[in-house]
Amino acid sequence: MEAAIEVTDLQKTYRGRKTGEVRAVDGVSFRVETGEFFGILGPNGAGKTTTMEIVEGLRRPDSGQVRLLGRSPWPHSPELSRRMGAQLQSSSFFEFLTAREQIETFAELYGVGRRRAAEMLDKVGLSHKASTRCLKLSGGQQQRLSIACAIVGDPELVFLDEPTAALDPQARRNLWDLMRSINAEGRTVVLTTHYMEEAEALCDRVAIMDAGKILAVGSPAELISELDAPTRITVAVGQLSDERVEELAGGETVSVGEETVVFETHEPRRLLAALAAEGAMEGLAVRTANLEDVFLHVTGREWRA
Amino acid sequence: MSVATPVRPEETSTSASGLRSRAFLSLVKALALTWVRDRSQVFFNLLLPGMFLVLLVSVYGSGEAPTPRVLEVGDVPVLERADPDDFEFDEAADLDVALAALADGDADAAIAQDGGAVTVYYSQTNATLGELALGRLSALVDDANVAVLSEASPQTPVLLLESDAADDRSLEPVQYLAPGILAWGIAISGVFGAAGTIVDWKRDKLLRRLRLTPASAGTFVAARITVSLLVALLQTALFLAVAVAMGLRLSAWTWFAVPLVLLGTAAFLAIGVVLGGIAKTGPGAAGLSNMVTMPMAFVSGAFFAIGSAPSWVQGLSVFSPMRHLNEALQDVVVHGESPVAVLPEAGFMALFAALVALLAWKTFKFDEL
Ligand SMILES: Nc1ncnc2c1ncn2[C@@H]1O[C@H](COP(=O)(O)OP(=O)(O)O)[C@@H](O)[C@H]1O
Ligand SMILES: [Mg+2]
Repeated sequence: MEAAIEVTDLQKTYRGRKTGEVRAVDGVSFRVETGEFFGILGPNGAGKTTTMEIVEGLRRPDSGQVRLLGRSPWPHSPELSRRMGAQLQSSSFFEFLTAREQIETFAELYGVGRRRAAEMLDKVGLSHKASTRCLKLSGGQQQRLSIACAIVGDPELVFLDEPTAALDPQARRNLWDLMRSINAEGRTVVLTTHYMEEAEALCDRVAIMDAGKILAVGSPAELISELDAPTRITVAVGQLSDERVEELAGGETVSVGEETVVFETHEPRRLLAALAAEGAMEGLAVRTANLEDVFLHVTGREWRA
Repeated sequence: MSVATPVRPEETSTSASGLRSRAFLSLVKALALTWVRDRSQVFFNLLLPGMFLVLLVSVYGSGEAPTPRVLEVGDVPVLERADPDDFEFDEAADLDVALAALADGDADAAIAQDGGAVTVYYSQTNATLGELALGRLSALVDDANVAVLSEASPQTPVLLLESDAADDRSLEPVQYLAPGILAWGIAISGVFGAAGTIVDWKRDKLLRRLRLTPASAGTFVAARITVSLLVALLQTALFLAVAVAMGLRLSAWTWFAVPLVLLGTAAFLAIGVVLGGIAKTGPGAAGLSNMVTMPMAFVSGAFFAIGSAPSWVQGLSVFSPMRHLNEALQDVVVHGESPVAVLPEAGFMALFAALVALLAWKTFKFDEL
């Protein structure tokens, strides 16, 4: 099947009088399959927004190729615009318009009617806020309205640029459900985020980006298992003799602290079964590797989103 | 692909041009709503110019000649013939008191009569009113002489001088103030409006978002310009209504103010786009707009007749679209000249708008939008 997005070797350097040259995007290539939930994960300044804007057709790269639904995004044709929807990093509202007026205006721009606008407002859970001015909505509600505007034209492909940044955890979770349902309707979704858990929870595949480069691409599970990182199993001290601790570790790393014993094992099942058999489960904590470890592995530095 | 919520066919507009005009209208509506709800815009564009007119007309006077204050020193029989509307009389105990009052500016003239000798003392402090008083008092004396002569020799014909101001528009400030203030009002809404809008677009990326819809950015920009032009027309209508209430007499050619105001607005919008391209914030845009419109108002005769300005100011103002709009409006609205007479002004505004728009286009950092 034809890919929804195919990006080859993008380069983009910003030249500012004060900032000098910034290589915002430096040789980025990736492919997003139709129907996929694709994430671009990276810290602030990684080049996510620049990449997204190039793919959307808002910016021209210095070099490189983009195929969007089989065509070039520059110049932007109305046919292509009709098949995609986007939410930009800053929520772009008409100042002074209400939520309903905003979504209805966008509905008109996509050539769909008021009924569709009302449905979208309902879908994002803002029907009760229809008469509220956009700028008076809470951060989470504004993001929902932005998303409603992005999907009002019934697009095949949806771009979401850090929709959950600056939201409280509850609002973030609510937005996750919305994004999942958009993808479940069969739309291809491209999401940028600097939240590890978000990428892990939502994305079929993730591209890890830092300093303008994509360092790894794959499903979160794949990326983590490729790391071959040990699972950390912690229990309270005093339940096992020192000899037993050594035996259970089976040659792998173990450290005994004042309050906890920490095993780092590649055979978590065996170890957990053994601990259960011994009845040494007090203070049990299991931490498997996550995308943070993947980031540390590919960049050589700690995650600092 | 299949999507769970298909768009209903009856809601889909099919023809491209139908879609474009639908998009255009909805954008005009959205932007007009934005404009109306921003109360500061409504005040700034619709109310402020009218308020300025009322204020300035009252500062410059109602247009009727003021009455000079005359002190009567002792008994002055000649004043029996005076029209009470022409003077405001008061009595002074003696000449010294009267002269002191003149020096203080408390009176404009003093008059004393000693038999056949009438003496008028008039103020140098209030030169205009002093001379007005002198003129009217001399007329009064002449009048008395004529009466005496006619009585003495009824057969001798006498010459009577009647005077009246021929050019009455020069007497009424509202006639020359209204076009200037209207031109200024059009200028500030154009310049501030465009500069502020550009800065807003830089901030909230609305234009960037709209570029991603099937409606082009051009449609959006056209909608924004349309709203500005509509505002300018509304502003003109409202302002002229106030001016008429203040005594302005509209000529039959007044309708030609419409194309003039639209051309002027185009020129001022272009200036605003250049300023909005330079400014980073809303207050920055407002500051720059002030820096351009304030001096322009002063060299363009917005608040006083340009003829009374120094010649270097008049020279500078040749480049100001506000002056050309002012003069063209003056010609068609007040003096009732035909549109042909203002073609040079109209042409200047069109050329100015085109050149500045080109400059805006060339220097604009589209990346920031
Ligand atoms: N318009 C711009 N002009 C100059 N530099 C920019 C511009 N936009 C982004 N940058 C720089 O490019 C880099 C990547 O930015 P961005 O794509 O916004 O990253 P992200 O979205 O991952 O935070 C950053 O160093 C940023 O400062
Ligand atoms: Mg970003």
